[in-house]
Amino acid sequence: MSKTALQFRHNGREVAIFVDGGTNLLVALRELIGDMTPKFGCGQGTCGTCSVLIDGELHLACLTLAETAAGRAVETLDGLKDGPELHPLQRAFAENFAAQCGYCTPGMLMAAKALLDRNPSPTRADVVEAISGNICRCTGYEPIINAVLAAASGSRARA
Amino acid sequence: MPVTVKTFATSSEAAAALSSDRAARFLGGGTLVMRALNEGDISISTIVRASEQALKRIDAAGARVTIGAGVTFAQILSQRDLAFLHAAARSIGGPAVRNMGTVGGNLFAPSPYGDLTVALLALDATIAMQGGLGTREVSIEEFLQSRDRQAGQLVLSISCQKPASLDAFRYRKVTRIKPKGGSVITIAAHLPMSGGRIVGARIALGSMAPTQIRAKGAERALEGRPLEASTIAAAAAAAAEGASPANNALGSTWYRREIVGVHLRRLLSGQE
Repeated sequence: MSKTALQFRHNGREVAIFVDGGTNLLVALRELIGDMTPKFGCGQGTCGTCSVLIDGELHLACLTLAETAAGRAVETLDGLKDGPELHPLQRAFAENFAAQCGYCTPGMLMAAKALLDRNPSPTRADVVEAISGNICRCTGYEPIINAVLAAASGSRARA
Repeated sequence: MPVTVKTFATSSEAAAALSSDRAARFLGGGTLVMRALNEGDISISTIVRASEQALKRIDAAGARVTIGAGVTFAQILSQRDLAFLHAAARSIGGPAVRNMGTVGGNLFAPSPYGDLTVALLALDATIAMQGGLGTREVSIEEFLQSRDRQAGQLVLSISCQKPASLDAFRYRKVTRIKPKGGSVITIAAHLPMSGGRIVGARIALGSMAPTQIRAKGAERALEGRPLEASTIAAAAAAAAEGASPANNALGSTWYRREIVGVHLRRLLSGQE
């Protein structure tokens, strides 16, 4: 079976790969581009740890046909930091003990980024809703919610 | 196993490709088809896509709304004219699933999914479909009864009358996980009132049968009567009539039968 050429923007950089028919975006990112930040959890759209932004919208990479990303901008956790500087959300996660085993963290951070990009001053209920598609089995969610709220208020203080 | 991906500019070409290949599945938002591929479903050998913009169109200005099959739940939530569907759209998935999942795909989502379809069933929606021989319209009830035999057909759009008022249309999804999760039971009720009486009652249920169904016993109990305690009690008592509820980790058949009347009563009497 022939492969299909695919080009898209990956964290601001143009990439070109060849994919097998039916390859999902998560496999394309991890195995063909080498970006290991989006994780494989369930492959069913249930856990959220493969969450990425496509043209700024939160999507599940495991349920996205890679070809549908053609010509679009894909952002993963790998693109969040700025050189050695962590993103405010990443700092807030560290300071608020929002990661334990860390497996959900890439998806949580992308879901939180999708929220704050759209709504810089979320309520607690907004945060709960924003991460409702992401499963964490360690923290009980409270430290994650607190971290997202802390990042939001920190960004407002700097602005 | 790699599959063949075919992308067409028009939905008629896509429908032709679907009708000529039994192992072809149409890819909407991916939440059903990509999931099946990830699980190793070898019955799919071809993925068909259509880039036609009409599949993404929403026409909601008038009394009758038409929603393209490719419209996502997030797009429904961004349309003020579709406020009557917001509770159902919001009850689905997390934000990522709502950015991906489509109205057309939801018609095919098996229990415990397919919540928006419950709302559309209570609104007597009409489904426009394209097959190898042309387009046709079917009622959503007829569509659901023969859902497993719709292979080779492409859903183009779904249309329905807007409810007369927001209060005439009610929706409730019962879940175990908060803020949301898979449906234990989903209920939608459309209760148009005329002269203080219900005329054309529709009660639709999700997870109470292999597909979404109408609770016709409850509808009969409501029809022509004012919405008062005795009417609501009669509808609640008849809620499980004709149902064959799902038996899964979210709830047993017995449990769903026991609680469907309770939740219908609460929905009809405006309780949380």
